[in-house]
Amino acid sequence: MQINGVEIEDTFAEAFKMRGARLIITAVDRRWAMTAAQVTTGFATSVIACGCEAGVEGPIPAEESPDGRPGVSVLLFTMGPKGMKDQLMRRVGQCVMTCPTTACFNGLEGEQWVKIGGTLRYFGDGFQISKLLEGRRFWRIPVMEGEFLVEERFGIKKAIGGGNFLILGQSAEATLAAAEQAVEAMRQVRGVVMPFPGGIVRSGSKTTSKYKFLRASTNTAYCPSVRRQTDSALPQGVNSVLEIVIDGLDEEAVGEATRVGVRAACQPGVVRISAGNYGGTLGQYQFHLRELLK
Amino acid sequence: MSVTRLCLKDRVAGRGINPRLPVEADSISPDRFAGLSQEEVATLPILYGRRRLTVGDLFTVEADAAGTDPDAAEEIIIEASVDGTSDDLSHVKRIGQEMSQGRVTIRGDVGMHLGARMSGGEIVVHGDAAAWAGAHMAGGVIRVHGNAGPMLGAGYAGEKRGMRGGVILVDGDAGPRCGERMRRGMIVVQGDVGEFAGARMIAGSLFAFGALGARAGAGMKRGTIVALGGLDGDPLPVFRYACAYSPTFLRYYLLRLRAWGLPVRPEHIEGLYRRYVGDVNTLGKGEILVYDQR
Repeated sequence: MQINGVEIEDTFAEAFKMRGARLIITAVDRRWAMTAAQVTTGFATSVIACGCEAGVEGPIPAEESPDGRPGVSVLLFTMGPKGMKDQLMRRVGQCVMTCPTTACFNGLEGEQWVKIGGTLRYFGDGFQISKLLEGRRFWRIPVMEGEFLVEERFGIKKAIGGGNFLILGQSAEATLAAAEQAVEAMRQVRGVVMPFPGGIVRSGSKTTSKYKFLRASTNTAYCPSVRRQTDSALPQGVNSVLEIVIDGLDEEAVGEATRVGVRAACQPGVVRISAGNYGGTLGQYQFHLRELLK
Repeated sequence: MSVTRLCLKDRVAGRGINPRLPVEADSISPDRFAGLSQEEVATLPILYGRRRLTVGDLFTVEADAAGTDPDAAEEIIIEASVDGTSDDLSHVKRIGQEMSQGRVTIRGDVGMHLGARMSGGEIVVHGDAAAWAGAHMAGGVIRVHGNAGPMLGAGYAGEKRGMRGGVILVDGDAGPRCGERMRRGMIVVQGDVGEFAGARMIAGSLFAFGALGARAGAGMKRGTIVALGGLDGDPLPVFRYACAYSPTFLRYYLLRLRAWGLPVRPEHIEGLYRRYVGDVNTLGKGEILVYDQR
């Protein structure tokens, strides 16, 4: 299969069960909402080292946000509910509450719930105020600037992490340009985030290492500079590879983001689109590239 | 939904009964009507002084065929006269008392204790509601298109708590001691609110779009009184001015009220509010938020 002269490899991305949550962060203007969102999703590229994977899902117009102010939707993914509570506590407490003018709302009807505002409220030192409307409880925590409003609990649901595809290009410039276009297109899909910097990861990993103390190491099969020293997966003419990792709230969203992203990545200078997997032995979900692109 | 129509009779022949004298009609409730045929509804008791009458003695009863389905949601429509010449049901007390589901529509003014202790469902009054409407209410919605009498959503004498859930919306004015000893829930009055609103309030929210009467919040521990139309005089001296700010939670609340069809203006959402905290003679964690019209 080829799209715009780019080969779509007959392979699949292998993805895993995770837990997802959605925060709606609002602020006095889009700039402050985005500032809080970016800080909240900072250092959240890989669940292994960062505790969670997170990204900005997209902006929310003022007329659609819970408090009528500009907002930003953020998705967070962890391996389980306990990790989610821990990460949300840290990130809402340290990144949203500290940011001027923000408020933080739950954006997901969850299968489970984690108490966040209900725990953060103690920061109010006894002056916090609970408000309950239509079954949603909020906490008003007095802060030096005014008040921080945070929802009592946040919904979490089963989600998918680790959807991916690889862009194999002739040059670093062409590969990066294709990856950027892919991410741009994928950002229009709701329910997914690409948690790596700018949505793109250059240092994909494999799950083995020659060093006993290391669980993962660079994905040598896709590193052009060592292609003659390893069992390389790169075809002739490929000098750079970038990966896009996708976390999503459901299978449909991850599949759609993959489809949209791969199509957008099929640009001049790209040789092949591939995907990362473990032979189907580890992940619960498989996203077959050619099936998605039919 | 099964519908039962009740029309107050103009005359009751031969039994010395004046249908315009006060009656206790707590049997007029969707919970009591559920699964009953038209004939069975007509046999439900109504207290007339110390005499025990039936619904059928005072009202004509018309139930549709679905009336005997115990699973069908129940709607009761009550009218003040068969020929539409009267809209006075102000002597019919305790309609919807302790109801937990269904809907009651009253075409005319209604008597005391409307929806007292109700826990669910909806009551709509196309007229005025007399004293104690929604007393001890725990859930559901009461919407009064006219004015409400004293003690709206309040607690009966000797009881520690008044309203503890649900929503009361009044298009007109509300009488004195509105929301007295309120524990939870929300009361919204589009007109003026009488004196001692929210007196001894424990929690919950009380909104006045018109003028908030004198001595509001006397003895309140917690809870929020919002005066969108200003105060009638100064707050009690047991309330202390804190600051002027725009509480984020209020934006959320006001947007919800607007979605319910209330006349929330943009300046209410964007504006500043003067915060008074009190009553310092009690816990002192209540608040009166006065819209700053300057």
